[in-house]
Amino acid sequence: MATVKLKNIKKTYPNGAVAVQGVDMAIEDGEFIVFVGPSGCGKSTMLRMVAGLENITDGEIEIDDRVINKVSPADRDVAMVFQNYALYPHMTVRGNMAYGLKNRGLPKAEINQKVTDAAKMLRIHDFLDRQPNQLSGGQRQRVAMGRAIVRDPKVFLFDEPLSNLDAKLRVQMRIEIKRLQRKMGVTSIYVTHDQTEAMTLADRLAVINDGRIEQMGAPIELYNNPATLFVASFIGAPQINLIPVQFDGKNLNSGDLQFSGFKDLPENTDLILGIRPDVLEPNNDGQLEMQVDLVEQHGAENLVYGALNGASTTDGYITEICFKTNQNTQPAIDSILRLHFDQSHAMVFNKETGERLI
Amino acid sequence: MSNINWRIILNHTILLIGVIFMSLPVWVAFSTSTHSAETILREGLQFWPGTNFIGTYREVLFEQGGVMKSVLGITMLKNSMILGIGFAIGKVIVSMLAAYAIVYFRFRLATPLFWIIFLTLLLPLEVRIIPSYEVVAGLGLLDTNFGLIVPLIASATGTFYFRQFFKSIPEELLEAARLDGATPWRFFVDILIPLSKTMIAAILIIMFVVGWNQYLWPLIMTTKEENYTLVIGIKQIYQILSEGGELPQYQKAFALTILATLPPVLVVLFFQNWFVKGLVESEK
Repeated sequence: MATVKLKNIKKTYPNGAVAVQGVDMAIEDGEFIVFVGPSGCGKSTMLRMVAGLENITDGEIEIDDRVINKVSPADRDVAMVFQNYALYPHMTVRGNMAYGLKNRGLPKAEINQKVTDAAKMLRIHDFLDRQPNQLSGGQRQRVAMGRAIVRDPKVFLFDEPLSNLDAKLRVQMRIEIKRLQRKMGVTSIYVTHDQTEAMTLADRLAVINDGRIEQMGAPIELYNNPATLFVASFIGAPQINLIPVQFDGKNLNSGDLQFSGFKDLPENTDLILGIRPDVLEPNNDGQLEMQVDLVEQHGAENLVYGALNGASTTDGYITEICFKTNQNTQPAIDSILRLHFDQSHAMVFNKETGERLI
Repeated sequence: MSNINWRIILNHTILLIGVIFMSLPVWVAFSTSTHSAETILREGLQFWPGTNFIGTYREVLFEQGGVMKSVLGITMLKNSMILGIGFAIGKVIVSMLAAYAIVYFRFRLATPLFWIIFLTLLLPLEVRIIPSYEVVAGLGLLDTNFGLIVPLIASATGTFYFRQFFKSIPEELLEAARLDGATPWRFFVDILIPLSKTMIAAILIIMFVVGWNQYLWPLIMTTKEENYTLVIGIKQIYQILSEGGELPQYQKAFALTILATLPPVLVVLFFQNWFVKGLVESEK
């Protein structure tokens, strides 16, 4: 159990590519932090810097107030779960889990005890004498986690651990990881590009873009109150509806559409109006008009997709719009619907800078 | 239907001709070695085995003066074994360590060094045989197993194979091991060696055969008869046989040849499963 601090850390690769450009972060004891972002945003690099697998170009990383920049990975007391499991293929499950402890010179009896305990917790004690190639993907992932747990580390690091599993298993393991982390109370950093995983697992979420933290906070906070256009469009599934608009002093305008009730916005600037699919509802007096072209039935809820009529687009494409509704609302394809949103739920961003204005 | 049959017959005929072409000389050598010197001198090479098998081979292997003035066939067999095995093991150890350094230690000259090692493939032993001899002789290591084996154990081929193999091992295994507190040495012993088992077996087999068949180097490195290897023995026996006024002992020369081919054949036969695995297996 430990706190982790990143102080203005930077990573530049020898070829000049900048992966991380100055990240500050303080992680509390026992917190579950998720780094989420598109591929190549530097999230894995940051995790690997904490693990000690990448050099830190600049800045400091502290675990429990000890600077670990120059400490070897083994001595940082962190354990990592890899995307492809990285199990030692020639060792049994027991051997895999015991290897780290053996290298630390623990007595045999203690190693055995720890391995058995961890195996029971993960329900893999029946496979202890099998080799990894005799296990299914989910079981391998459990072994990889077992290998991390037996070490009883200060920090768990997860590098997209569920990406190689099928959808059903992924949800199961997600829940299990969360439970396990709660139970053990170990500070954890989890990297993923899957925003659902990120939302459901995190105590706090760091949305990373282009080597920087765009925003960090509780998942629901990021969902309700994104600080930038990037965060708004990255968090939330289905994606937030984005409508290009301009402000004329009174109204937001987009082609033939007008949205009133906004003020204090810059004029003659390209703005983006953002509306979550779940705040839109069909209403004959609604501000938006959509032509339905697809209804996705998810069981309890339906997602209705279509074109937004009347909106102007700079690039000539039709503006897509989507709203979420219950399973009983099933508009016909090609029907025209009017949609209403409460303008207190709408967000306005500066298109150029991505900055949130309202 | 009949079309396919014809093709099978044709294919098998070609294969059979190949097999006969390859193995017939060996068979004739074996058959001839089981006849007496008189028969061979009178009637030439023999296609069918004779009755002298036990006599000839016992004389060659165990009787002094049977093949050469003093050295026994069995001693030369032993010398060849030592050379083959020592050569193979030495090459595996050296090339594995070299490949380990090249692949896993990020020192600045790793890549150029690898290519320099690789280029030495263009410099066979024969090119550097005089300087190598000078060094070994200067160290007083002539006529020793050490002097015979050690100058040969650096291997560009082996290093290359191990390098390619190590590169195919996922990086995450190394990272997992580092986090598990494995030192470089422990990683090598606990992870790399077990993973390379089949590769090691394949290279051991190839190198054993190469070492066994060495001729020029043992020839100049050994001055005493009791240090001769079988391959040298074959050469010497023809020389001895053609000198002197006795009846040429061709059956013994053939027997020695058969004996010299036997161990490599056996090694390949017994280990061919491992051998094939090592060269084609990709599961990691």
